[in-house]
Amino acid sequence: MIINFKYDIHKACVKIISDELKEMGLSYSFNGLGEIKIKDKIEDQEFEALRQKMLLYGITIINTAKESLVQKIKDVIVEMIYLEEKLPVAKTSTYLAEKLNLSYGHLSNLFSEETFSTIENFIILQKIERAKELLVTEEFNLTEIAYKLNYSSVAHLSNQFKKTTGLTPSTFQRIISRRKENNKIR
Amino acid sequence: MNQSKIHVLLADDDEDDRLFFRDAINQLNLKTIVHTVEDGEELMVWLRDEGNPQPHVVFLDLNMPKKGGIECLEEIKSCPKLKDLSVAIYSTSSSQKDIEDSFVLGANIYIKKPNDFNELKKALSKVISMNWQFCTSGLNKESFILNV
Repeated sequence: MIINFKYDIHKACVKIISDELKEMGLSYSFNGLGEIKIKDKIEDQEFEALRQKMLLYGITIINTAKESLVQKIKDVIVEMIYLEEKLPVAKTSTYLAEKLNLSYGHLSNLFSEETFSTIENFIILQKIERAKELLVTEEFNLTEIAYKLNYSSVAHLSNQFKKTTGLTPSTFQRIISRRKENNKIR
Repeated sequence: MNQSKIHVLLADDDEDDRLFFRDAINQLNLKTIVHTVEDGEELMVWLRDEGNPQPHVVFLDLNMPKKGGIECLEEIKSCPKLKDLSVAIYSTSSSQKDIEDSFVLGANIYIKKPNDFNELKKALSKVISMNWQFCTSGLNKESFILNV
């Protein structure tokens, strides 16, 4: 039997972190955007244990202020693309600057310094990832996906998809379904 | 830039191709460490040796003596410890069938070996930066497919 899941990554992570913190007997509060305030004093040993536990779930505790800001930028982008039913129409630069209360120029420079990429590229990549996910579940057709992700046309989405992945959306869909078949046989 | 280095592993039996690849990557100004092996068997031994760092991406030539690229790909993808590695097929073939079949078997990246040095640099830069995003931004590796 094959069951298809649809999951809210954000919610799942909050639940995991809450459970682990509770288990360690720490009191905490969520400040939003991946920031958590621990009310008690935390020993180095305990902190290390928490870091190790979180790694099992693919959750990383971030060390430097720059890293943390880059992660916040990524989180805002991912949240914008995944949680909104339809992408906000306002310019993403304005959206990011408002959400993080910093100038876009600053955010954009920092992001390029710290990653191999630019904010623009990261957004395109994430939008194409979202498109892939929607294509794989076969719940929506390309026209609907283009609308959801704020592309002016199906052609625009197809072009960006091809530029990012080197494949057309339909070739991608064919490969994924052949891969599924192949994994069943294996 | 993040301090961490990017580990790259190339399996190719052609010495010139290995050199060409190394030169191109070194000119990209990314913090990469390149390791090369000469055939598929050597590759699998290298990957299974726990003393070696897990590469962020493995480049496989399709035609190699002893063990070919496709065989290595299948072995990597069916090994629980290795299956999450990003695998790039690095081949002279540009046939649509070879490309699709590699992806179906689990390859993440397909690069047609370019003849021109600058083209190679461009292709490698795209592959490495995209792969980095997939390794560091929690993106879904299962749908990571890139054809250059």
